[in-house]
Amino acid sequence: MKDKKPMKSVFKEGAITSEFIGNSIYKHQTKTSIGAHNIFLGQVRADDIDGKIVSAIEYTAYEDMANQKFHEIRESAFEKFDLTCMHIYHSLGTVKAGEICLFVFVSSPRRKVVFEALEYIVEAIKADVPVFGKEIFEDESHQWKVNS
Amino acid sequence: MSTHKLNIKLLKMNITIKYFGQLTDITQLEEETLEFGGTYVYELLETLYRKYNTLKTKDFQVAQNQELVNENTKITGQEIALLPPFAGG
Repeated sequence: MKDKKPMKSVFKEGAITSEFIGNSIYKHQTKTSIGAHNIFLGQVRADDIDGKIVSAIEYTAYEDMANQKFHEIRESAFEKFDLTCMHIYHSLGTVKAGEICLFVFVSSPRRKVVFEALEYIVEAIKADVPVFGKEIFEDESHQWKVNS
Repeated sequence: MSTHKLNIKLLKMNITIKYFGQLTDITQLEEETLEFGGTYVYELLETLYRKYNTLKTKDFQVAQNQELVNENTKITGQEIALLPPFAGG
């Protein structure tokens, strides 16, 4: 019953809306072998850098390689953890401070699995996927974000 | 045999180079095609450093055909990408 689909793009243009996230949760109501979901939402932070406030991040990616990496992360997560299904969405283009840019959704019959799996997946995305973020300040100058 | 080798050495190939993130601030373009006569990644980088002086001061990884490679890897593919530190999520 594993939801292993062929490789698909995880990228979405612009912010990921709460309607989209809510709808994803709703769609899982028919999958009644699931007993636990876990969700990670990455939100754009209005960082204060030397007195300038980040108003948005403009995301770009090496899309072919990024989709390949997302696919590998997905395969290895299914191998390591007893997951029923898993969904990853990442924004491209402009996402304003306070909006959601990453949505990771894992589901399993049991809760312990989803806690571990979610952390594994999010850390792998941060480390391995070629996504780049241009932090746009309120005065329209910019700097490039680096994951810490 | 030696002339055969010589021919290969002289054979130039067209490589598409993709630039991402902060590297595009330096190159002012996201992609270009170069005629390259060398063999290794470091030779290609030397060519690019001559073209873009400040590129050398930047932190980036190199991918060949979407796999990360090091400076001593042979260039076999036609698509090279220069990837600055990742910032996903």
